[in-house]
Parts: sequence; structure tokens; C-alpha cells
Amino acid sequence: MSIFADETTLVVVQGLTGSQGSFHGLRNLAYGTKVVAGVTPGKGGGSLEGIPIFDSVAEAVAATGANASFVAVPRLGAPGAVLEAAAAGIALVVCITEHIPAKDEALLYNRLRREYPGCRLIGPNSPGLISPGKCNIGITAGEIALPGGPVGIVSRSGTLTYQALHELSQQGVGQTTCVGIGGDRVPGTSFTDVLAAFEDDPETAAVMLIGEIGGSDEELAARFIAESMTKPVVAYIAGVTAPPGRTMGHAGAIVSGHAGTAQAKIAALEACGARVARNPSEAGELMVRVVRGLA
Amino acid sequence: MDLYEYQGKSYLARFGIPVGRGTIAESVEAAVAAADELGYPVALKAQVTTGGRGKAGGVRVAADPAEAASHAEAILGLVIKGHSVKRLWVETAAEIAHEYYLGFTLDRAAKLHLAMVSARGGVDIEDVAEKDPGAIARLEINPLDGLPASDAQTLASAAGIGAEACEGVADVILRLYRCYIEGDADLVEINPLIVTTSGEVRALDAKVTLDDEAAFRHPEWSEFAEAEPDDPRERAARAKGLSYVSLDGSVGIIANGAGLAMSTLDVVSQAGGAAANFLDIGGAANAEAMTDALEVINSDAKVRAILVNVFGGIVRCDDVARGILEALGRVQLASPIVVRLDGTHAAAAHALLEPHLSERLVMEPTMLAAARRAVDLAAGAGR
Repeated sequence: MSIFADETTLVVVQGLTGSQGSFHGLRNLAYGTKVVAGVTPGKGGGSLEGIPIFDSVAEAVAATGANASFVAVPRLGAPGAVLEAAAAGIALVVCITEHIPAKDEALLYNRLRREYPGCRLIGPNSPGLISPGKCNIGITAGEIALPGGPVGIVSRSGTLTYQALHELSQQGVGQTTCVGIGGDRVPGTSFTDVLAAFEDDPETAAVMLIGEIGGSDEELAARFIAESMTKPVVAYIAGVTAPPGRTMGHAGAIVSGHAGTAQAKIAALEACGARVARNPSEAGELMVRVVRGLA
Repeated sequence: MDLYEYQGKSYLARFGIPVGRGTIAESVEAAVAAADELGYPVALKAQVTTGGRGKAGGVRVAADPAEAASHAEAILGLVIKGHSVKRLWVETAAEIAHEYYLGFTLDRAAKLHLAMVSARGGVDIEDVAEKDPGAIARLEINPLDGLPASDAQTLASAAGIGAEACEGVADVILRLYRCYIEGDADLVEINPLIVTTSGEVRALDAKVTLDDEAAFRHPEWSEFAEAEPDDPRERAARAKGLSYVSLDGSVGIIANGAGLAMSTLDVVSQAGGAAANFLDIGGAANAEAMTDALEVINSDAKVRAILVNVFGGIVRCDDVARGILEALGRVQLASPIVVRLDGTHAAAAHALLEPHLSERLVMEPTMLAAARRAVDLAAGAGR
């Protein structure tokens, strides 16, 4: 099994005719993802590589039964696109759009929660979600993932996630699902949400968590690991040497005051029984040992 | 972007928050002229985007022109936590009856906005939060609901602000919330908000951090250009659209992706060295971006070795290798460069770089090995 998306997931790409949407949407299709529709207002009735284009998500859902959306829309339209998908009854939205102001993200998150509690948003600024061999939504290069499990990955970063996938795949350790929650300040889905889903997934035997400085999502994850997880967790936190007060690339990656340091996150995770690696390679090696120990 | 106090006050004033009258000065003469114009006593305040300036002697009150001159001279020479003081804000000194604290920021865990109000203003609010958390009244605000006037009143009284000042403070709370929301600020703080002996409410200090991601809808922010980074390389990198932060070490870093770049800094530190910078070259990692990145790092005299750490996902390592070779043809590097390329098409990339390897261009298979080599080279080149 996998979490959030599998071989039955039917994906509509919002912004399929744009540069990001067509590049990644068609790559996702080539990977084997069931990309059943595209949405671009004003271009309804057309098609791209055999994928029908609709004017609205509601029309796409009515015609194709799409149940997941990939939002590849520029930042001004992205929050509206996510809400449109939610209103059309889409249960899973993956939004890769970067540089959305924090106020807009906070408004989007709270509106989804209040008006469409059944809709899960991954992102914004997510590198995507891949259940290897089944479904790839977003910008992850499918080739570096290995189907078959038993490891679930959740991460705030893009390239660090690819690094983790690659390290495991090279060692012959597969993944159930890899979820990039995004490095922004108000992610739609948090570490804890994904950990809970992995804990419930019978095919996921261990979880790799890749965090970074800023916020307190890793600390909340640590508490969840201690209280509610039976599966082993290997963690890696980037930004041990990051100076306070400076944003390190991701909008959410900033140590402000006493809050958000890598040291605090590492301490919290270790105290809760997670194995914390000092670098990405060590995280891969630790996970390989954990998985071999489970066999 | 962190605003200076005087910029922060002008931003608050846009939302109708009362601030003191004052002038910016960049020399002793200008400061004295400003003080003469305003009338004594005046406060002279160092303009730096860091806390702790009061303790560092960066805020002084002058009773006459001679005192204004000597204070201005002393403050303009200060370096506060690495920030050299280039500007003074000269403001009519206030007769303070009460000092309060007001602030708004995002509560990232709750994913709600957070209001904080305290009657214990004028001191480090993080200290208050640690030692006497009960002295801060907090309210989480759902952006869908906003902040009703009645909640602002409740906050002010919950913070222990006296009945006579409550209404005035509640009005500033509402205006500050608008400044935070409509002004796209990550943080707004007034510490202290004062009530003068004559009963006026005003912001005596202002700390405003603007959300860089919202700059596109705030053309008025261009007036804050002075708050741009002092570091010339940070300005150059920003102009080239690179995500760059200057640091103190000797190993220049180029990586693709913010997480991998941060991780590279950490691994260099584990190898016994220190990074000269954070630089995320972004998704493309093509020859243009690589040239821009190498130019910025090459202009840094601290750099003794350069480490390029790229993981190819969508971006193919052979394209990155071509980009590196092309960039090396354009930029004459002062330091040796260590390259680690892994992921999609890594073998082809290694074959491309192989014929060009030398003491100045080194390739390593893993992140850790590359970091160790770069740290060694940086140490050796310094001898």
C-alpha cells in the first residue's frame, strides 16, 4: 500500500497548458500516473498529448472522475486554484507553486480547514508526492524512486528528499510513498499528518523524516512519535550551522529568537526515540540498517 | 526584509499609528541641526536592524547642542552585533508615564495569527516570555474572522493596561493588526508603546519585518531600499536572482535546493571547516546560473576553496557538468573547485569532467568526501 495516492488515483493538472504544468504533468503521465484531465480556463474542449482540457475543475471531475489535483499555477492564481479543486470535491491537492505570501497561505489553510475539511492540501511549494510504481504528482524525478516499500519518506525540502530517495534506492531499499510537504511557513499538511498516515499504512515499516530549521513542526512530530508511533523513525535536520535571523532559501527556514534551531529539533527527536543522522548519507545508512533489522 | 526603526515608524504611520516627530541624520552636523530644529531634549537613536542597541549605548538623550554633538559622534562610531551604525534617528524626547508592548506575528504551529500585548513594555519581550509568561496577554486570530474591536479591548485589559489608557491602546492594536495583515508584515512590534505624562499614546520604537514574498504587490516598499543588505555580494546575488547569504568561513558553497545547500554547510562544518556562504542555485543549475554563482563567490576574498554540490533529479548532471565547464571558461577562479554531482546522468557527468580534472578542478563521489576535500584545500591554500 501507500499513503494519499496510489494506482487508482485519477489526477487533474490545473495549469496543464502552462510551462510548469505541461513539463511536469506530462512527466507524471509518462511515469504511469493516471493523468486524466487538465484545467485551463478558456481552453476547455482542447487537449494536450491526448489529455482532455476543461475550463473548470468541476467539469473535469464530472467528465473524468478525477479525485486528485496537481496545482501548477502561478502564485497569484494558486490559492484560488486550490480552493476551486476543494469546492469540486477533490480530496487531494498537491501544490508546487513557490513564493506565495504568508498571509495568503494562512488564509488558504484556514479556509480549507473550515469549508472543505475533507480536502488534503500538500504544499504550497511542495516538490510533490510519489508512491513509486503507482503515482507521481509533482516534480520528483520518478526514476530515483524504488517501488515496493517498506520506507515512507516525509520532507520539507526538495533536493534533500531526492538525495534520500536515491540513497535508499541504490541500496535496494524501496519506498511506499515520499511526501514533500514544502518549505513554506504555512504548509497544508504537516509532518504529524504524514507520520500518522504512515503509522496506519500496513506496508510502511519505517519512516524517514527530513526537517530543517524554522518553526516547530519537527518538535510536534517528535511528540507524535513518542505518543503514537510504533514504527521506527530515522530523522535528519538541515541547518545546524545556520545563523539566526537569516532566511536560508526556504521562506520557512529561519531561526528567530530562541525558536526553530536545528539543535532544539534534534534534541526533541532524539528524546522521543528517533534515530537522528548528522548528514543525508548517514540517514540513508541508518535507514538501511533499520530495514535490514526488521527483515 | 527587516526595516530600520525610522522606516518601521513611517510604515506604522501609514496605518494611522501615532509616532514621534523626527529626522534621519548621517553625520554629527546633521544630527545637531535636526536636534536644533526639533527642540531639546531629543533622543538620538542608532539605526540598525538588530536588537540590543540600548545596552550597546546606541540610544542617548541630549539636553543641548553640545550634548547632541558628543552623543551623535559616539553613536555613529558604534558597531552593534556586527552592524556598523551609519544613520541616527533624532526624535523629540518623550515624557513617559507608561510603557507597553504590542506585537503581531504568525503562530506557525497553530497556523493562526498571534497577538501579544503586555503592560511590561520597554524590555526584552523574550525575557518576559521566559520568566513571567503570565505578563503577556495572547490571542490567536483566525484570518477568516479578523480581529474585532471588542477583542482588542479585551486584550488590552487582559494585559493589565490601566482603564484610562485602554481605549487608546486598543485603537493602536486594531491599527497594528491592519498594518500586519494589509501591510504584509511577518512581524510588527511596538516596544515600547508609550503613554506620555500628558496622556498621548505613541510608538516609541518600531520593529517591522516585511514578507519578501509579498513585495510584488507593494510598490511603496521601494522607499525602503536602504534596508537592503549591506553586504555587496548579497546585493549582487539578489540582483541575479540567487538565494545567497554571506557567512564567515572560507569554503564557498554552491548547491541546488535550499535544503541541500543548508545540509552542505553542515557537512563542511562536520569536516572541520566553515562555509563562506549559503547559495541555492535553484532548479536549473545551467551555465548562466553557474556563471552568476561562481562570479559572486569568486568576489569573496575569504573564499579559499569552492564546493559545488548538485543532486540531479529533474536537472541532469551531464547538463550541470557542461554548465560548470562553460562557466569555468568565463570566470577566472581564484580558488580551487571541488565538484560533487550525483543523481540523474551522474556517470555521463563524471565522464565529461574527467579530462578537465586538475589541482584546480577536483571531483568527489559523495557529499562528505567532497566537503572533506574542500576543507583540506581551503586550509592548504591559506598557508
